[in-house]
Amino acid sequence: MYDMNRVENAVGQDEIKISARNVQVWYGETHAIKDVDVDILDKTVTAFIGPSGCGKSTFLRCINRMNDSIPSARIEGEIRLDGEDIYDRSIDPVQLRARVGMVFQKPNPFPKSIYDNVSYGPRIHGLARNRAELDEIVERSLRDAALWNEVKDRLQEPGTGLSGGQQQRLCIARAIATSPEMLLMDEPCSALDPIATGQVEELIDHLRQDFSVVIVTHSMQQAARVSQKTAFFHLGSLVEYGETDEIFTKPQDPRTESYISGRIG
Amino acid sequence: MTGIAFAMLLTAALAGYMMNRRAALALRDGGQRLHSLGMFHGMYAALAVLVPAIIVTLLWLALQSSVIDAIIMSGLPDGATENVDTGMVQLIKSEIHSIARGRVFGTPEPWKIEAAERLNALQAMAGWLLLAVVALISAAALFVTRRSVASEFRARQAVERIIYGLLIACSLFAIFVTVGIVLSLVFESIRFFQMVPITEFLFGTSWEPQIPIRADQIAAEGAFGWIPVLLGTLVITFVAITISVPVGLMSAIYLNEFASPGFRGIAKPLLEILAGIPTVVYGFFAILTVAPAIRAWGAALGIPVAPNTALAAGGVMAIMLIPFISSFADDALSAVPRSLRDGSMALGATRSETVLKVLFPAAIPGIVGGVLLAISRAIGETMIVVMAAGLIAKMTINPLDSVTTVTVQIVTLLIGDTAFDSPKTLAAFALGLMLFIVTLMINIVALRVVRKYRELYD
Amino acid sequence: MTEQTTGSPTRNHDWNSEQFRKNLARRRRGEIVLRGFGLAAIGLAFLMLAILLWTLISGGAQAFRQTHVAIEVPISAELVDPANPADGNYRTVMRDAMQTTFPDADPSELRALAGILSNAAQFVVRDRVVDDPSLIGQTVRINVPTSDPYDQLNKGNVDIDSDEALRRLDDTDIAAFKQLQDEGRITLPINWALLTNADSRFPELAGLKGAIIGSAYALLVCFLISFPLGIGAAIYLEEFAPKNKLSDVIEVNINNLAAVPSVVFGLLALAVFLGWFGMPRSAPFVGGLTLSLMTLPTIIIATRAALKAVPPSIREAALGVGASKQQVVFGHVLPLAMPGILTGTIIGLAQALGETAPLLLIGMNAFVTAAPSSPFDAATALPTQIFIWADSPERGFVARTSAAILVLLGFLVMMNAIAIYLRSRFERRW
Repeated sequence: MYDMNRVENAVGQDEIKISARNVQVWYGETHAIKDVDVDILDKTVTAFIGPSGCGKSTFLRCINRMNDSIPSARIEGEIRLDGEDIYDRSIDPVQLRARVGMVFQKPNPFPKSIYDNVSYGPRIHGLARNRAELDEIVERSLRDAALWNEVKDRLQEPGTGLSGGQQQRLCIARAIATSPEMLLMDEPCSALDPIATGQVEELIDHLRQDFSVVIVTHSMQQAARVSQKTAFFHLGSLVEYGETDEIFTKPQDPRTESYISGRIG
Repeated sequence: MTGIAFAMLLTAALAGYMMNRRAALALRDGGQRLHSLGMFHGMYAALAVLVPAIIVTLLWLALQSSVIDAIIMSGLPDGATENVDTGMVQLIKSEIHSIARGRVFGTPEPWKIEAAERLNALQAMAGWLLLAVVALISAAALFVTRRSVASEFRARQAVERIIYGLLIACSLFAIFVTVGIVLSLVFESIRFFQMVPITEFLFGTSWEPQIPIRADQIAAEGAFGWIPVLLGTLVITFVAITISVPVGLMSAIYLNEFASPGFRGIAKPLLEILAGIPTVVYGFFAILTVAPAIRAWGAALGIPVAPNTALAAGGVMAIMLIPFISSFADDALSAVPRSLRDGSMALGATRSETVLKVLFPAAIPGIVGGVLLAISRAIGETMIVVMAAGLIAKMTINPLDSVTTVTVQIVTLLIGDTAFDSPKTLAAFALGLMLFIVTLMINIVALRVVRKYRELYD
Repeated sequence: MTEQTTGSPTRNHDWNSEQFRKNLARRRRGEIVLRGFGLAAIGLAFLMLAILLWTLISGGAQAFRQTHVAIEVPISAELVDPANPADGNYRTVMRDAMQTTFPDADPSELRALAGILSNAAQFVVRDRVVDDPSLIGQTVRINVPTSDPYDQLNKGNVDIDSDEALRRLDDTDIAAFKQLQDEGRITLPINWALLTNADSRFPELAGLKGAIIGSAYALLVCFLISFPLGIGAAIYLEEFAPKNKLSDVIEVNINNLAAVPSVVFGLLALAVFLGWFGMPRSAPFVGGLTLSLMTLPTIIIATRAALKAVPPSIREAALGVGASKQQVVFGHVLPLAMPGILTGTIIGLAQALGETAPLLLIGMNAFVTAAPSSPFDAATALPTQIFIWADSPERGFVARTSAAILVLLGFLVMMNAIAIYLRSRFERRW
């Protein structure tokens, strides 16, 4: 599906995009994330895998501070984006989220037109000076999301009228329209059929050229197909992190081995 | 007499229950296999007694006084009720009734005393007759049900069929109420439109329902054009809605998006207190506090302000509607799926951008439904306007002027004596019919919008 | 991936640039403005609630006390027949009482002093004597209510420094009252008459007994009719109704009925109950009947919600052991749903208690000076009594209206508290 050699070279060259140290998350009394250290590389697809409730989604939501909206959530430790502490007081979560885009499990297009969906981010952040620039951003984002040819004649129709796979690609287009540096994907294919999943996976592989992509997935096959690096979470801890093919072929930790061979999950 | 009838009925029902149950148990003890428990045989008998007898009794009681009155009035000597208007007939009727109850004022004509005696006799007879009818029905029911006791008789199914019928009757009752409303309004309105042409009512621009005491008085006709009354209703509704909608929406947005759970936990019940205060209290508040305050402001600013301004009535009505709109908007905003909120926040939208650009547009249908229901409430609201709005119908849209409303006119026309034949009284029913039609149409649209909206996100 | 024709356009924004920082500051301000509007809206609603309650409490609190004056009443057997104490000549008794109490006053002064007493003082004396006929032949010191102007004076509502011509009491009146105060005859006890008397023309005597009993009768009738009918209808619609056109019509009809203006129910009652059926005017029975029609939709909707909340597993379990559908509903589902049904019913009854307009149309705003002894007697109800008093010009009625409202709100708070208690006590989490 992709050129293994090129990937390995790329991983070797890439710089660190996110560097997390001693990250702890509590929901009320529940210790959801325990002491996670991880470096996520630029222009790489990193997969977070693990049984449900292991904290992989929680950790993902720490990277763009989506946990801020949950009153009971408490986060300790540090997460740096390009060396900047994103939980520093000087960082505005609003701007951070424009730099770290996110795509959700279920496609969630706004009940607006396709055009308005994609232009929503650029509009609120003031990324376009005029209508022509906005048009250009919308077209570029839809092209990058491999949706342009399917929707270019009906940009004013509601986004909710698209098929499930198209909706998810619309959400990806919406997320990349603010030109983020990273894209976080929380099980983006779990609500899609196999054909739509294939299209989105192909798209993810392509997005790696421009972004650092983190994808949370339940499917180990998917992780193996699209990612170069894989992190295995279990009970809130990061158990093992490394090159994807190494994790899947010769895991170091017995828990990883059990999960991959289907004994826990 | 009614008390005795009911006591007899209960005894008969109880007796039927015991009798049939014992008969059924006797069959079982005799070695037969019963299809249904003895209890059901008993209940079958009790229900067979109660249901028809109670229906007959209620119908009887509902119609008794009208029938007796008709007999009495038709039995009066010739000439007693001729050449007098219906108000006089009413008076004669009530005088006969009070004589019958032993309260005699002055020296009534002998035919009135005679009528009163006949009234008493008829009432006593009706009582005995009712008793007899109830006894007959009970006995017949007991007889028939006693014969039905048999091992293969499906008493449980029979009982359940009766109960099923009663349940259906209960739910049909709601329809009867609506039918009753429509029939009574339409019936009285038709009588009104026989006196006042319907075109004059619908399109007339003058509303002066005072019926002259003497025929030669000025404005002897009275005028029944409802346009100014409608206009006044709309002015007050407009005032109430323009104040309550923004305030209600804003508080819903704050409660839904910004308030901490603690604040929300206190603020929501407090708002509901506003919704639970009876409207007569708001009316008193309007005349005691709000209207004088508005007059004082008007005087301070040098603006002429009427004593019963539409602003005071509408403003107080707005206070009443704030929690109504707020809770509707709150529900509508809460019904927007969390994923949309997350989607917007993840793109870096602030909370206010998320609310205004994503949640609010998505919740619009639900909110519109709530606002429509609020409008219907404002149009139909009675006590606040009866106490705080004016009585004189004027063709004005100035909220600082005094206007009247449909509900105010209904109440003022019907408070006090009500003879069912003057256009003044019947006009209230015509207004009521219009009120019913208008609010019904708004309600149907609103409920449909709300239901569609719920289905959208369910 | 054939669509990738635009190549890789510039994607890097300098998020720290002046332009973005300004934009961000503007958006943050927008956030604060919206928050401010929201708080202001809630604040406005609370301010109105506070003003409303403050107006009522500050205005109504005074009516819970009533100025009384103590006078010496000689009750002679000549004026009051011990065999029939209710029929005595109490007018003369009162004149004697004034003379006994103020032996030094001349006739014109006596007349002025008599104005201090309520017009109804003689009835207070009569009721005392009827209760205790042994008083006949003695001179008793009795506390009688003062008339409204002096009550207002004693409560400090009269500006003594204002122009004498504009006051209801002139300077001599006030001086006479001062003298009584100095003699220690004036007291300001709790005004139990507000709850134990029926309505009266005189504010100092007017009470809510008739209205409270009238409302109680009406609510009782309302409950007896709407509770069984409402539960029956709800059970049918929720448990048995087939999905057909008729069920839809009933459903839509009930929802619409809940939104019909209350005054329309009054018109229905006037035309049907009074006009066609010839039921008595002003009777709490008819009032309750009318209110039950309005409460019915509330109870049906609440009952259906309570029935719906009972999990299907309960039904399946009972059906599984061979119970019939009706046995399941009446034996298992209905008892489990009862707390929810009762909560909804109490809330519906609380609404009915505050309802005014339909009662006005059936004449429950009558002036009745005796409490009703049955649901078929003429009576008022609490809200209509408030309406009558609000319409009365005497100053004493303004405070009494507020007091009556406080009593009504007290009942409403009590009913809602019971509903909340029921809900929290019996709420089940399935």
